[in-house]
Amino acid sequence: MEVINKEGTEDTPKIILNRNDGIFEISGRSLPEDSADFYQPILDWLEKYSGSPNPETVFVFKLEYFNTASSKLILDILSKLETITNTRIQWYFHEDDEDMEEAGTEFSELVEVPFEFKTY
Amino acid sequence: MKYIYELHRTMITRKLILVYEGEFTQEITKSVLAMAERNMDAIGEDSGIKRKVFNVMVECLQNIVKHSDEIQEGGAPVRHGAVFMIGKDDDKYLITSGNPIQNDKVEMLNNKLDHINSLDKEGLKNYYKEVIKSNKGLSEKGGAGLGFIDMARKSGQKLQFDFEPMGNEYSFFSLKTVIRRTATDSE
Repeated sequence: MEVINKEGTEDTPKIILNRNDGIFEISGRSLPEDSADFYQPILDWLEKYSGSPNPETVFVFKLEYFNTASSKLILDILSKLETITNTRIQWYFHEDDEDMEEAGTEFSELVEVPFEFKTY
Repeated sequence: MKYIYELHRTMITRKLILVYEGEFTQEITKSVLAMAERNMDAIGEDSGIKRKVFNVMVECLQNIVKHSDEIQEGGAPVRHGAVFMIGKDDDKYLITSGNPIQNDKVEMLNNKLDHINSLDKEGLKNYYKEVIKSNKGLSEKGGAGLGFIDMARKSGQKLQFDFEPMGNEYSFFSLKTVIRRTATDSE
């Protein structure tokens, strides 16, 4: 399966989706002009991956900032991950960023996927 | 040339650190954000306050990019004119924007903002979750319908707004969000 490796920019996050190395990570800032358009390839990739996933999937969110349009798409990603067995989320937040911690808690209440919270 | 001095005086009296008037695009949004970030870094602003200001700015600027109505004069769209300002006082930041909207959207917007302002911290959290869960997807303009709710949540203050009639078709929508610089949690 293809590897997605997108460098981050000032308004889009860095994204790595690599099943061979077991790395699934979104990090940085997310405020793209068109978030649906930006995240569509990620959702398509996960759709394909969900057909025959790894025995375990640890999906890392290490976001510094995301806008509200991105939050809707993050929920779409989480909903997709919900369908993949043996998946868990590692939600990173800066140790003094209560809003990012709370955002993670809220997402964890909206989907049936285990969340681990970690600071950086 | 007196207007230059007057504008300068107004900016000082109103404690405005940044004013932008004109066309709004994603590129302009990024530039304005970068300027505000540099300004806050230069004075060593608290990182929590910085994040909140950044957050509210993004939603405010992207709202304008998506929703500012083009004024039609004699059938031809004139331009996406809007204004965005940041004020900085000893105890707060003021993030304000103004843009024309069609008169038929005033009531809907007014009701939405009144509803948001009627909610407390817990109410806003529940409303946010309700909207994000609704299976509507993004609007045709790419909005999630969450921007104002998020601005109210991040600021911990009521959103101040006003509609100034501009004629038969348009009103000027002004919005002000306050971010306290003092206590980190003023909700």
